[in-house]
Amino acid sequence: MIDWLTTAIVSASVAAGLLCVVLGLAGRRPNDLSLGAAALVEVLLVVQIVVAIAAPAVGNSPTGSALEFWVYLVTAALLPPLAVLWALLERGSRWSTVVIGVGCLAIAVMVYRMHQIWFVQVA
Amino acid sequence: MSTSASNRSQGLGRVLIIVYALLALAATGRSVFQLLDDFDRAPLAYTLSALAGLIYIVATIALVAPGSFWYRIAVITISFELVGVLVVGVLSIIDPVLFPAKTVWSFFGRGYAFVPLVLPILGLLWLRRTRPVGDPDAAV
Repeated sequence: MIDWLTTAIVSASVAAGLLCVVLGLAGRRPNDLSLGAAALVEVLLVVQIVVAIAAPAVGNSPTGSALEFWVYLVTAALLPPLAVLWALLERGSRWSTVVIGVGCLAIAVMVYRMHQIWFVQVA
Repeated sequence: MSTSASNRSQGLGRVLIIVYALLALAATGRSVFQLLDDFDRAPLAYTLSALAGLIYIVATIALVAPGSFWYRIAVITISFELVGVLVVGVLSIIDPVLFPAKTVWSFFGRGYAFVPLVLPILGLLWLRRTRPVGDPDAAV
C-alpha cells in the first residue's frame, strides 16, 4: 500500500459517498454524475489491487494479516458494481442514488481498515 | 403468503437493506477472523460476534424476501438485534472483563459508529410502515 494513494482513495470514496447521498436526498435518480463517482471509486480500487500485488515485490509488505487485507480489498472492489446493481434493479429512484452513496462510504471505512492492517499494528 | 409485503425492499427499504447487508458482512467477516485467530482469548465475545453476524444475515434476507412469513422473521431478528445491542452495550460498560475483545454490540456499537444501535430502531419503524395488510398477527 502507498500512503498517499490510500489517502486519495479514502477521500474520493467519502466525497463520492456524500455526493450520492446528498443527490439522492435531493430527489435525483442515479445519473452520469453519481454513477461516474462510483465508477471513479471502482477504478481507484482496481489501481489499489495492482499496487497491493506489486508492492511486496519491492519490499513494501503488509505488517498485518495479508489474508485479512485481501478479503477487505476484494470485497471493497465488488461493492460498487453490487451497489449499482442493487440500486438500479428497481427502475432507479432517488433512494437508488442514496444506496450507491452508502456503498461508497462503506468503501472508505474498509480502505481505512486496510491501511491499518498494512501499516499499523496495535497489540 | 401475502403478496403486498414485497414493498419492504422498495425505496427507503433498499437503503436500509444495503446497510444491513454491509453490517452482516462486517460482523461475519470479523467473527470468522476472530474464530480462526484465537478463539480461546475471548470465547464469549467471539461467539457473540458470530451470532450477531448470523442474525444480521437472516435479517437482511428477511427484509428482501416477500411475504408475511419473512416479515415475521424480520421482526424477530431485528428485535433480537435491538435487545442484543442494549444488553451487550450495558454489560460491556459495567463489566468490561466479560468482553476483552470487541464485538459489533460492545459499547452500543461504538466501533461501528453506533450504526448497530440506530439500525434496529429504524428497521422496526420501517417494518411497521410496510406491515403486510390483512395480517394482524404480524403486528410489531
